[in-house]
Amino acid sequence: MSTRMPWKIARKEMKVLRRKKSIIYYIVALPLILSVLFSLVVKNDIAKSSGLPSDYQLGLDSLTYFFVVFAAILPASIAAYSIVGEKVEKSLEPLLSTPTTDGEILLGKSIAAFVPPMLAIWAGASIFMATADYLTNGLLSYYYFPNWTSGVMLFLLAPLAAIFSIELAVIASSRVSDVRGANQIASLMFIPFMAVFLAAVEGAIAFDVANLLIFSGIVLVADVALFFLSTSTFRREEILTKWK
Amino acid sequence: MIEAENLTRKFGNLTAVDNLTLRVDEGEVFGFLGPNGAGKTTTVRMLCCLISKTSGSARVGDYEIGSQQDALKIRKIIGLVPDNVGLYDSLTAYENLDYYGTLYRRTDSQRKESNEYFLKMLGLWEKRDALAGTFSKGMKQKLAIARALVHDPEVIFMDEPTASLDPEASKGVREFILELKKEKKTIFLNTHNLDEAERICDRIGIINTRLMAVGTPEELERSVRGRKTVIQLRQVTEAILDSLKRLQVTNLVSGGNKLTVDVVNPEEENPDIVSAIVAAGGRVETVSVLGSSLEDAYLKLVRDAR
Repeated sequence: MSTRMPWKIARKEMKVLRRKKSIIYYIVALPLILSVLFSLVVKNDIAKSSGLPSDYQLGLDSLTYFFVVFAAILPASIAAYSIVGEKVEKSLEPLLSTPTTDGEILLGKSIAAFVPPMLAIWAGASIFMATADYLTNGLLSYYYFPNWTSGVMLFLLAPLAAIFSIELAVIASSRVSDVRGANQIASLMFIPFMAVFLAAVEGAIAFDVANLLIFSGIVLVADVALFFLSTSTFRREEILTKWK
Repeated sequence: MIEAENLTRKFGNLTAVDNLTLRVDEGEVFGFLGPNGAGKTTTVRMLCCLISKTSGSARVGDYEIGSQQDALKIRKIIGLVPDNVGLYDSLTAYENLDYYGTLYRRTDSQRKESNEYFLKMLGLWEKRDALAGTFSKGMKQKLAIARALVHDPEVIFMDEPTASLDPEASKGVREFILELKKEKKTIFLNTHNLDEAERICDRIGIINTRLMAVGTPEELERSVRGRKTVIQLRQVTEAILDSLKRLQVTNLVSGGNKLTVDVVNPEEENPDIVSAIVAAGGRVETVSVLGSSLEDAYLKLVRDAR
C-alpha cells in the first residue's frame, strides 16, 4: 500500500466536503455550540453549587469528556457518507477500476473523515476550557485547564474514539446502500463512550488519568482490529453487484 | 490483447455469462452487442477485475484475470467508461480528471498535459472550472471518456457510452471513439445500438448469456438468410412475372408497381433479377434491400437463443 495515495484520496474527499455546506456547518457548528453551551452550564453551576472544588472538578471533567463523545459521532457520519455517497453518485465503479487498493481507498476516506471533525472538536474544546478557566479561576484560585486529564481525553482518547467510529462506519456503510441508513448506524457509535460517561457520573469510575489511559488502550486495540476487519469486509464485488 | 476462454459467471442459480470464448486483437474496436441482461456489463466487469469469474479464464494484455497479483496490473493498463458516468458532481471538470490522473500515479506534469489535451479535444476546456454536476449528459459522457484515458491506457472498455444521449451528443461521442480508433487503441464497446456498432466496430460479438456469433459486420450480415429485395417498376406486366417465375425466385409478391422477392445474397441475385425484368420489357426505377442487415442478424440470433 502506498503511503502517499491515501493522503491524495483524503485531499479530494476534503475538497468535496468543503463544497457541501450542510456538512461543513454540521462539523463546525456542533463543537462550537457545545463549547458555548458548556460554558453556560459552568456559569450556572457556579451560581448554584456548594462551592467545593471537587464538585467543579467532576463537572469540568464530565463536560470535557463530552468532546470525546462528539469525536465518536461527527467523523462517523462523514465516513459513512463518503462511502455510501460514492455509490449514490455511481462513482464507485470507475474508482474501483483504478489501480488503487481497498486499503488506500479506505484509509484515504478515513483520514478525510478524521481531520476536519477533530480540528473542530479541538477548537470547540479550547474555547470551552478557556471560558471555564475564566469563570472558575476566582473560586478555585488556579486555572483548572489545561491538565493531564483533559490532555489524555482530547489528544489520546478523542482521536482514538474518532478512529473507532470511522472504522465501524466504514464496515456499516459497506453493508447499506443509502446515506440515511449509513447515518443511522453511524449515529450509534457513541454508545460505548456514553456508557463510560454515565459510569463516571454515577461514581462507578473516576475520570482520572489512569482510568482514561486504560480505556484508551482498549479503544486502541479495537481500532487496530477494526481497521483489518473493515478492509476485509470491504467487498468490491458485493458492493458493485448488490447495491442498487 | 483480450482473450477469454470458457469464461463463466454465475450469480447463485443465474448464469450471467456462459462459456464465453473470444479474442480481441490489439488496435481493434470490438463491439459487444446484446439485449439488456445479456451479460455485457458482467463480462466487462470480469475483464476489468471488478468482479470475479466463476470458471474459465481470460487475459487482458499479458495478465490473467482472477489473479490477485495481476488485478492491479490489469487496472493500470485499462480505462473504463461505465454505463453510469459516475463523475464527482461537486468537483470541476479539471478536478475530476486530475483526481483520476493521481489515482493512476501520473506525475504533476503528465496530469497537467493530459488534462489540457483531453479537455481541449472534447471541447470542454472553456468549462474546465465548472462543476461537473452542472454539465449536460453529453458533456458528462465526454468527460467520463476523458477520465478513462488520462493514463493513456492500452485497452478501453466502454459500457454503452451513447445510451441515454440525444442524437447530437451521441454523434459527438461516436466521433471521439473514431478518433481513438485512429490512434490504434484497443476498444471493447458494449452497446445495443446496431447502427453505432456497424459504423465503429471492426468486429462484433453478439451475446445473449452465450456468445451467439462473432465476425465483421459484413460477415454477420452474410450469415443471415431471408432478406428481401424490393423493385419499383414503371409497370408490372405478366411477362415480367413469368420471367421471374422462370428464374425461380422465392416468395414473389406483386403490389401496385412494386415487386418483392426473398433473396439469400442480394449482391449476387439482384443483377440476375433486374436483367430478367429488363429482358421482359420492364423499366426498373429503383432497387432496394429491405431492412438493416446487421439488425436482421442480431434479431435472428437473439430470437433463436430464446
